[in-house]
Amino acid sequence: MPLPAGTTTELARPLTDDDVLLLRRDFPALQQQVNGHELVYLDSGATSQKPISVLDAERSFYERENSAVHRGAHTLAANATELFENARTTVARFVGARENEIVWTSNATEGLNLIAYGMSNASVGRGGADAARFVLTEGDEILTTEGEHHANLVPWQELAARTGATLRHIPVDDDGTLRMEEAERLITDRTKLVTFTHVSNVTGVINPVEELVRMAHAVGALVVLDACQSAPHRVLDLAALDVDFAVFSGHKMLAPTGIGVLYGRAELLDALPPFLTGGSMITTVTLEASGYLPAPQRFEAGTQKVSQAIALAAAIDYLSAVGMDRIERWETELGARLVDGFSAIPGVRVLGPAAGVHRAGLASVDVEGVHAHDVGQFLDDRGIAVRVGHHCAQPLHRRFGVTASTRASAYLYNTTADVDAAIDGMAAVREFFGVTS
Amino acid sequence: MSGLAGLYQQVILDHSREKHGFGLEPTADASSHQLNPTCGDQLTLQLHASDGVISSVTWEGAGCSISMASASLLSDLAPGLSLDDARERIALFRELMHSRGAGIDDEDELLGDAIVLEGVSKYVARVKCAMLAWVALEADLAQLDASR
Repeated sequence: MPLPAGTTTELARPLTDDDVLLLRRDFPALQQQVNGHELVYLDSGATSQKPISVLDAERSFYERENSAVHRGAHTLAANATELFENARTTVARFVGARENEIVWTSNATEGLNLIAYGMSNASVGRGGADAARFVLTEGDEILTTEGEHHANLVPWQELAARTGATLRHIPVDDDGTLRMEEAERLITDRTKLVTFTHVSNVTGVINPVEELVRMAHAVGALVVLDACQSAPHRVLDLAALDVDFAVFSGHKMLAPTGIGVLYGRAELLDALPPFLTGGSMITTVTLEASGYLPAPQRFEAGTQKVSQAIALAAAIDYLSAVGMDRIERWETELGARLVDGFSAIPGVRVLGPAAGVHRAGLASVDVEGVHAHDVGQFLDDRGIAVRVGHHCAQPLHRRFGVTASTRASAYLYNTTADVDAAIDGMAAVREFFGVTS
Repeated sequence: MSGLAGLYQQVILDHSREKHGFGLEPTADASSHQLNPTCGDQLTLQLHASDGVISSVTWEGAGCSISMASASLLSDLAPGLSLDDARERIALFRELMHSRGAGIDDEDELLGDAIVLEGVSKYVARVKCAMLAWVALEADLAQLDASR
């Protein structure tokens, strides 16, 4: 595991810019110039860069163990299966879960669809009495929030349309925080499922998971947590949070694309009807009907994402060696610096909580008189990579009265100098476009 | 001009603020709404024509400076063009946008001031911004054809 000197013996010591510059050497993609400038990569909220150890893990699998998992009696197949299942153990430990509670998906979106379609299947009678708690019918309610990524909204719109259930949402305040008095009012005996993001991908708001779980469980509703912006960046213990399901994506946490994770409490996963069906997820198959394996295999039909899962485990090893508590602290510092810097620029409005309020290591802004695409283009000319657009959260942008915003999102390999470069760039935008008043 | 100055020429920034042709009329001979779902840029563009000649193009919309300037420049170019000429200019503009910075030397005068958008062709991600108004006019022309 490549690590900066000293970190293995001083795990509790906060990260510094010097530590981060050493970490950055592990990331080939960060060693490049863009438009004549050293790349400043502040788009990790969209996807992260990958360290050599992750790239090596995937390559090494294809050079040595590559073979079909969970079948075949040969040595390579046995070794591949062992690596694949060890990866599951690594993920489980990382989020406070057991192995049989971790299902491989292609990404978080697939994980959310898996839950939605499992419930849909239960609602037409699949899964029998065991699946009764997943049945939705007219009069039942699914509750999401105004601040969700489209991935945690559209599948529930579709599920509501298929089952006759009603989809409702918890509104957000002007600063992007959930209106908890509305949550209190909206969570009722009719509520069967409450789904929300842990950390907003637009505002960096950290939602009160424990409180929402308590309210949902008090009425017997299931809780789904979108952990896409928390699993990569924070210490995460899903069992302690007591959520029923959670999803996250590997590519946002140093791993390749094509691998995601669905967490579900074991008793729930074993009762939820499958979504994708076919090979590898069955017990006995006749021409008429089939029996299904217990979780997690019942949700893993077809050839699995083996090299990606192994690479995700390598990514988690990397993150764990640095220390998630240190990463969380570092990014909190970077996030505060971003918000302080952006907030101080005339004509720049930070979406979400004001400076000084605890948030994740990202900030989205609206620049008065300059469209987000133009802001992003201007920053790109300085080698600064940010995200522009609605970040797959149109309702939240509508709530803020904008169609698009510019987001800078940090990760463990970003320095304070990266943040300052983004702030300096942002401070020059309005003058370049001739809109300073 | 290279880099950012080549993309954001002063004429473009001026048009993005002045927005020639901005403001919809109560009626039009054809009208279409175009949306770029990736960034949320959108505009409605009306075509006003008589005897097979465009009298004016009016529009309303919101988006980046490239999409707004492009609509403004199109509003300057379109009046007086026959419907066939307009189709030809749209095809030429599309060719310019897909030239990846190479331009279309022989015929640039046919595009009038809109030729300043040539710099956009080096930025593949922004081509759709520049095309938005032109695609709207193309849809308007198709509407006119269909209603004949």
